[in-house]
Amino acid sequence: MVRIAVVGLGKMGISHLSVVRAHPDVELVAVCDTAGFLLDGLKKYTGLQTYTDFSKMLAEVALDGVVLATPSASHVDMVRACLEKGVAVFCEKPFTLSPQESEELATLAKAKGLQNQVGYHYRFVGTFQEAKRLLDSGAIGTVSHVLAEAYGPVVLKPKGTTWRTQRKAGGGCLYDYAAHPINLLNWYFGDPEAVGGTRLNKIFSADTDDEVYSTLYFPGDLTAQLSVNWSDESHRKMTTRMTFWGTKGRIFADRQEIQVYLREPSDAVPEYKAGWTVKYITELTDNVWFYLRGEEYSAQIDHFVRSVAAKSECSNSFESAASTDRVIGMLLADDATGPRSSAVAAAAPKEAKRRFFFGRN
Amino acid sequence: MDKLLFGDNQFFGVNHMSEEKARAQSMRFQNVDAIMGVLDAAYDEGVRTFMCTTHDRIAEVAERVRANPQRYPDFVFYPCMPYAHKYANAVTEEGMIGAVKKFLPDEGLLNAVVRGGMSLANKDVEGVATLLIDAEMKMFKGLKTPVIFLQNVVVDLLLGLGVNDAFRIFADHVRKRYDAEPGFITMNMPRLLDVLDSVGIENPIVCSNINKIGFRVSGGQQSYIDALANRKFRAIAMSVFASGALPADEAIKWVCEQPNIESIVFGASSRGNIRNTKELVDKYWSSEEQALSAG
Repeated sequence: MVRIAVVGLGKMGISHLSVVRAHPDVELVAVCDTAGFLLDGLKKYTGLQTYTDFSKMLAEVALDGVVLATPSASHVDMVRACLEKGVAVFCEKPFTLSPQESEELATLAKAKGLQNQVGYHYRFVGTFQEAKRLLDSGAIGTVSHVLAEAYGPVVLKPKGTTWRTQRKAGGGCLYDYAAHPINLLNWYFGDPEAVGGTRLNKIFSADTDDEVYSTLYFPGDLTAQLSVNWSDESHRKMTTRMTFWGTKGRIFADRQEIQVYLREPSDAVPEYKAGWTVKYITELTDNVWFYLRGEEYSAQIDHFVRSVAAKSECSNSFESAASTDRVIGMLLADDATGPRSSAVAAAAPKEAKRRFFFGRN
Repeated sequence: MDKLLFGDNQFFGVNHMSEEKARAQSMRFQNVDAIMGVLDAAYDEGVRTFMCTTHDRIAEVAERVRANPQRYPDFVFYPCMPYAHKYANAVTEEGMIGAVKKFLPDEGLLNAVVRGGMSLANKDVEGVATLLIDAEMKMFKGLKTPVIFLQNVVVDLLLGLGVNDAFRIFADHVRKRYDAEPGFITMNMPRLLDVLDSVGIENPIVCSNINKIGFRVSGGQQSYIDALANRKFRAIAMSVFASGALPADEAIKWVCEQPNIESIVFGASSRGNIRNTKELVDKYWSSEEQALSAG
């Protein structure tokens, strides 16, 4: 049995807790959160061992792994404490708010030989995995452009007082929503060389961004456009979409389906013919041992647990998440600079924006 | 329970296969008249139980049915609560406690405040839970609600957490206050059956995916088939078409061959599809066969 503790009982943490506890190979040994009322309820109804002090928990309980779902700003110290103690870590995204610290933690985890994973669950969605397989096979030839989108109804009016509404604490559309399509881009194409035309805009939020637009420049003349808005209630819930244009075809993928257009058949993927092929999540998803909200949430936890048990490397490693944090850093810097090669920008530098970003980072 | 229950996913842009289709549906059904048009068609085809989430828009449907008792003498609601997005959004905006406060019922305000206040102070989950159930049920006042369901997001969350007493609390409250049978929707049917057994909920109504290709049956198709054959519970099959991956005839035929299924819940947007589904069920699942398999 793999001994796991879940730390942080917000929206993601409580869902992880449910999935982790239901895993047949896990012994859930402790739960930690600063909010006593939730813990008391859990203790009363489930008999779980609970802690409000993370250090105390780490000192007292023998653990193989920790599932960390605390606010992003706390990740660095907690992850480091786990690694120093020899405990593997599954950390919620975004990994950290500093690309440099992300890299340091990735190096530390590697040096200690400990399993490390970040909760970018879209890499466990069957349709996005199929897109990866097709791209790697070369079925659509050389990809020249990607549209990476995410929309959903999170902030729909000017209010809110949780950590998610503060960029300093890791809140906002960039960290919460845009991180997902960026992470998928990293998975498919690695690190971009540059970004440009970045726009982080507030719609309703006072202290962070609600929409994110940018162009990412990857090696090999590949560009990706990022279009993300979490104040879009025309979507019932978060919708993430990737569209790829290549010399031999086009791929569209979202959580439900993958639509592929090939100019010519490809020997690498014979089941895809010339013209359109559509596959649905119903045929691209394996059943999980326990389902809550989506197979991908269970699959990523299962991957972590198995990796810890087998002492094998995790996919979605700290190192891969550090790539995403690097891109986020590039977007923040580019937005702070404002438009560069336009006459308007030259005439009126974006002083207000500059103050905003440098003041808060 | 009727053999066929009418679901409501199609009215709210829930489609597990295509976001384009989901969007087309939410455009078509943004007007309650359009929803009523389909419900009328279902009613007139003899599909008279509406298994619906406690979405705000359902309150409008309930109002129409309440206002026209002559048109809908046999209309039955199976409420499924809670409408989870409502709470998830409220938690994002107002935090956990703020969200709970927001949804306390107006009715019996003093009672609610006293119960609610004590509940939060004493961390008494039971008090809060029953208040929330009452808040969700307000829209069905005066209507027939013989079965009341707990939605899968909540059932499965509690199931994973191991808050098993919650199922007992829900069942007791629904029986006592609404004279209704408790029902449970789940994506983890065999596991839930064990837990319901352990808290003494006998022969429970459990609604889960049951389909020929084993789409979204956690633990695997065989564990579901074993449960149907060997466990004592009242099964409702949902996702019988596996979100459209299966042809209707093949899908219904397979479900009707499985033992101990009492009802099928399905969604449709046209009278033709409703009639077609009903004819298939009548064809593969005659009343005698059903009586035999249920016995």
